[in-house]
Amino acid sequence: MSGAATGPLTGSGARLRRGAVSLQSISKSFGAQNVLKQISLDIASGEFLTILGPSGCGKSTLLRIIAGLETQDWGTVSIDGQVVDHLRPAARIIAMVFQSYALYPHLSVLDNISMPLRLSRLNMLQRLPGARYLHPGTRRAEGEIKEAARAVAGILRIEELLARKPRQLSGGQKQRVALGRAMVREPRVFLMDEPLSNLDAELRVHMRAEIAQLHRRLATTFIYVTHDQAEAMTMSDRIVVMMEGTALQVAPPKEIYENPNDLSVARFVGSPAINVLPGTIESDGSIDVLGARLRLRTTLPAGARVDIAARPHVLSATAHTDAPTVTGRVVHVENLGADIFVHVGVEGAPAPVVMRHDPALALTPSLGDQLTMVLPPARVLVFDDRGRRVSASSDASVEQHAHV
Amino acid sequence: MTGNRLGPFARILRHVVLMTLAVVIVAPFVWMVLCSFKTQSEILSAEIRIIPHTWAAVENYTAALTRVPMLRFLLNGVIVTLVIFLLQVLVNLPAAYALAKLRFRGRSAFLGLVLLCLLIPVHATAIPTYIMFYKAGLLNTYASLILPFTISVFGIFLMRQFFMTVPDDLIDAARVDGMSEIGIVWRVMLPTAVPALVAFGIFSVVAHWNDYFWPLIVVADQALYTPPLGVAFFRLNDQGTSYGPLMAAATISIAPLVIAFLLAQRRFIEGITLTGMKA
Repeated sequence: MSGAATGPLTGSGARLRRGAVSLQSISKSFGAQNVLKQISLDIASGEFLTILGPSGCGKSTLLRIIAGLETQDWGTVSIDGQVVDHLRPAARIIAMVFQSYALYPHLSVLDNISMPLRLSRLNMLQRLPGARYLHPGTRRAEGEIKEAARAVAGILRIEELLARKPRQLSGGQKQRVALGRAMVREPRVFLMDEPLSNLDAELRVHMRAEIAQLHRRLATTFIYVTHDQAEAMTMSDRIVVMMEGTALQVAPPKEIYENPNDLSVARFVGSPAINVLPGTIESDGSIDVLGARLRLRTTLPAGARVDIAARPHVLSATAHTDAPTVTGRVVHVENLGADIFVHVGVEGAPAPVVMRHDPALALTPSLGDQLTMVLPPARVLVFDDRGRRVSASSDASVEQHAHV
Repeated sequence: MTGNRLGPFARILRHVVLMTLAVVIVAPFVWMVLCSFKTQSEILSAEIRIIPHTWAAVENYTAALTRVPMLRFLLNGVIVTLVIFLLQVLVNLPAAYALAKLRFRGRSAFLGLVLLCLLIPVHATAIPTYIMFYKAGLLNTYASLILPFTISVFGIFLMRQFFMTVPDDLIDAARVDGMSEIGIVWRVMLPTAVPALVAFGIFSVVAHWNDYFWPLIVVADQALYTPPLGVAFFRLNDQGTSYGPLMAAATISIAPLVIAFLLAQRRFIEGITLTGMKA
């Protein structure tokens, strides 16, 4: 069945450029609920793509559709230019790593890792216990499978665990075995469904680095689903931010962070969260934010309501300046060592404004202080009343003109 | 756990109560074994003696084994109960898997039917089943002893409840690895369900080994008798009831179950506790 399909790809040893995945207007609903709305996405061969979103946004469903575990209502999935909608999961030559690891509890680590190969290379008779004693071909095939499983175990440094049962393993070890079972088939695409969320914080950071290394070593396409922005930011080539069944933005991590195209993306990525302040377009085209005047050019008409977003590190405290500022009282100070986050209650702002303060600077604001913060027009993001990003050019000539 | 807080008196009382209950439950069994060692006259005498006065063990057991082909009955019992159990597993596991893990139209209706069938007593369907076997010409065969019990709704329900606890990810992983749905039933669900299967096996084997009612109505040929019918042979035959051999035959007939219990005691208790938790 699928055994024939693996042959030419694994046998040659040559690293073919494979694993390009293309999704075309994938839609899915469960009952009346639209879980996925017209998702289109092209994933390049060898890319590490992370699907990031809050729980319930449909990211796992999308992954399961790529795997073939779920059928989409609309749209097509193709891998390497071939439409795979009609293929069973195994025939798609993909591998999946699950949040709960999903190891076969009754099989040893070696047998767990060997299972995909046994299923693809041996037929039903050859898989019967004792078949290897009767048929030399089976014995040879079994030997090769064990060899392949051991090689994978070597890469993951779990050789000494091969005889154990899953219940005798720690979370991190189970995670490695699950990765090994995924790797052994040399799949075209690795699908990972929140693989690290069952691990403790320390191990999660460690495995993050290991998975990124593994990706570089295997040079295979990884599609990684997570709700953890740190995982998405640290490992991915590109991130898809999904909200309520829609892919809001597809871009490299830096771009997602610095240049979000939607207010929800800006709010979801970044910790502490981005500051959002209400603003209005004035008659001269500039933006009024709680009394501060931002000389920015937008295409929005005068009187339009906008949201101005600024990351905590963009803001800075100042005594007196010509730049636009907002002022408030310090309500909370978080000292994290490398950063100090100062929460400032600004009148008219829906939540305290968070500003990063460099601990190297002499004066750390303390509770109750009056604090004036600069809103640098070039570094704030402008969103319209529907949350869409509005391009805003800080017009230097306008500003200079005002100074004269 | 809470027992440690009881005073010594309460603890003694608790043991007295438990021991009394144990005696009540075990006494008939012990009495049966003791009677199988006694002569007919001693069994029928008015005087109660626990240890036999005259030993008639050899005579009684010889009678039990020779006046009827008791070993043949035991063999029949083994064949019937094991085949019933194997066929039940063959039907139950795929059915339970489908009801627990597959999404299809009418699944809850099917489950409802299973639950409904749980409420129907065996005796209610005995006559129609008997007539069916009569029309099919299958009366007085192993098939008539086995086939009516191959679909156990209790077993389907029990296994379905157990399968509900198996994580979906495990099944999806098996699908990604390339397993067929049938393969998943036998290679993933069966190994994880061993404790539940043991529990079900106990109920199934004990019930069908000891079943007297159904073999009595479908089997006439002595060669097909199961142990309980063999025991009944010593009751009210031409010489009246011969109690010594009767007790000996009864002891022989339950011996395999007792031996099986002693050999697999831990598994048995695990299985029973499991059903206790699930039910």
